[in-house]
Amino acid sequence: MALIFAFFFFIVNNAITNLENIGKGYSFSFLWEASNYDINQTLIEYDSRSPHWRAAIVGIINTLLVAVAGVVLATIVGFLFGVLRLSSNWLINRVVYVYIEYVRNVPVLLHILLVHGIVVNTLPIPKNALMAFDGALFLTNRGFYTPKPLFEPAMWAVFIAFIIGIGFTIWFKGYAQKVQDATGKIYPVFFISLGAIILFPILVYFLAGSPMNFEYPELKGFNFKGGLVLRPEFVALWLALSLYTAAFIAEIVRAGIQAISHGQTEAAFALGIKPGRTMQLVVIPQALRVIIPPLSSQYLNITKNSSLAIAIGYMDIVATIGGISLNQTGREMECMTIVLAIYLAFSLMISAFMNWYNKRMKLVER
Amino acid sequence: MSSEKSHIAGEHPDLPPPAMEVGVIGWINHNLFSSWSNRIITVLTAYFLYIIIPPLLDWLFLDAVFVADSRDDCRAIAKAAGEDLGACWAFIGKRFQLFVYGWYPVEERWRVNLSFILMMAALVPVLFDNIPNRKQGLWFSLIAPVIIYWLLIGGMGLTPVSTDKFGGLMLTMVIGVTGIVGSLPIGIALALGRQSHMPALRMVCVAFIEFIRGVPLITLLFVASTMLNYFLPPGTTFDLLLRVLIMVTLFSSAYIAEVIRGGLQAIPNGQIEAADSMGLKYWQSMRLIILPQALKISIPGIVNSFIGLYKDTTLVIIIGLFDPLGMGRASLADTKWQGLSTEIYVFVAIFFFVSCFSMARYSLYLEKKLYTGH
Repeated sequence: MALIFAFFFFIVNNAITNLENIGKGYSFSFLWEASNYDINQTLIEYDSRSPHWRAAIVGIINTLLVAVAGVVLATIVGFLFGVLRLSSNWLINRVVYVYIEYVRNVPVLLHILLVHGIVVNTLPIPKNALMAFDGALFLTNRGFYTPKPLFEPAMWAVFIAFIIGIGFTIWFKGYAQKVQDATGKIYPVFFISLGAIILFPILVYFLAGSPMNFEYPELKGFNFKGGLVLRPEFVALWLALSLYTAAFIAEIVRAGIQAISHGQTEAAFALGIKPGRTMQLVVIPQALRVIIPPLSSQYLNITKNSSLAIAIGYMDIVATIGGISLNQTGREMECMTIVLAIYLAFSLMISAFMNWYNKRMKLVER
Repeated sequence: MSSEKSHIAGEHPDLPPPAMEVGVIGWINHNLFSSWSNRIITVLTAYFLYIIIPPLLDWLFLDAVFVADSRDDCRAIAKAAGEDLGACWAFIGKRFQLFVYGWYPVEERWRVNLSFILMMAALVPVLFDNIPNRKQGLWFSLIAPVIIYWLLIGGMGLTPVSTDKFGGLMLTMVIGVTGIVGSLPIGIALALGRQSHMPALRMVCVAFIEFIRGVPLITLLFVASTMLNYFLPPGTTFDLLLRVLIMVTLFSSAYIAEVIRGGLQAIPNGQIEAADSMGLKYWQSMRLIILPQALKISIPGIVNSFIGLYKDTTLVIIIGLFDPLGMGRASLADTKWQGLSTEIYVFVAIFFFVSCFSMARYSLYLEKKLYTGH
């Protein structure tokens, strides 16, 4: 024990001496100096005169953006592939198996570089952009362009309708449960909720006279102007991370479903429960209990792997504060402390949430 | 049916099985077209394969150019043959030495070859237990890393080679093997520390494991390359490869520790109590009773961590070391071969796939062999 403390004292002492020798203190005041560099994807206002701390915020937002988008896509694709992997159809089963084995056994950095290479090298220049969905999407090697929705004031009504729909669904779910407990009558909760959340706002949208316009991207000079743009770095990182993680999630889902013994399904059928409700009430809740712990660590992995963005020039937290800011100011200690602290905070938050969820889902044992 | 002859009960001749149920047709019927949804899925998948596979084969083999002197040469050859331009594999062939040895001096490359052979020889007794003289073999495996270290670095009779000449496949092997060999004992120590009854020791281990697992490897490598020197006594310098090796080993050991902790927790408390009542000391009971059982359960997880570590060795290119991927990207700077990044990525992907897939298969084999349940 004493040895460990002596060791810590030793390295901290070394750090202090070394920093003094080269005349650097340990202070975060550099964060308020102008950053003097540009970032190609900014969701908040930022330019090269902004201070370093703002660059860090831009980096954090970019990291979160790609992590959240990656989690969503990876979950959808992963669950789909996990189910297909269990399909009795030999052909699709084998195709998904080959995909999963290929993806899992090749480093994620390679996937990122490969997808980036394909986007940048094989897609056409903006002048010859590939058009998809009748002008709704332009694919070029400078990015993917799509029309940007412009909201008029009346759009508020639609948002309010959407929120009312969600509130109604929550209330209706409880009401349907009560009715079912009292009388045994089952309402089609799913379809009614779907109607309340999606159809109702759409109805309001048309009643309000379609209060939304689109700003279409236009080819001006060598590139598109206007519209929404997904930059090639973001697209490459997002696709590569999600498709990589989806392979792992697929295996987790497969293991989770296989862990439920067939007797459970048979018992539910014997009780006269329909296949759909068997899946919903018997199989999925039990499978989720097996799936969620490893799934949460995959979500963590996406967040951590998003740091590989630096290899293709996507400006995430490692590339901004831990890369350019570090090189410009020479504040290795402070910059790396910030980066490490932020990742640690992300990880602890995700694992705290997952632990809470896991506890809620846990089998109550005597 | 009326036209059929009637038979006496019990004397009906055996009919052949229905054609739809057996043989190739039966198999296809059952596995591809058993229901409407299955039929749709099969047709869609087959169409998808039809779209994907022929162009891929064209690019990989049929239109590919295997011998050429430059990219323009590749183009010319493809044009002369009247084909579209496929992959230009000639590039890989020309740079193959670089992919394997990095910048290791040409006249000293036999040492790398010898190291590869030694490593393979040292792995055999560790991986398989049904070979003769395994005990002597294991001793050899123990001293082999020392010999390999001496061969690669030099000194004591051999020309010294600086580590910044390391690169390519050889660098991947050095980092991967060092990480795997080093992280297992540290991982076991951390896992035991986490289960320890001494609160201070437990806290240090938990903090270490959670910290390492909470941050990406790339940030740790940045720490290694930019600020590790600050934590060392003034005046000491460390070479970059050594710093990377230390970081990769520590990183991997935290993950291994968690895998082994899972194994330790799966061992019933009765085992420890039984060992205690036999009068075994802590280390004796760990060495003889607990760890053999716990490690056996954790083998699949440990191998998975090793595969992860091996794949993660590619990250060193970001801090300026050159593994096969880095080598490939570096050689793209040559104007003769510009724009061939896809070929390089595919080549490196195949290399990693082969090594990782075989590791995963070995883990399956081991799992089956060690399974002592029902």
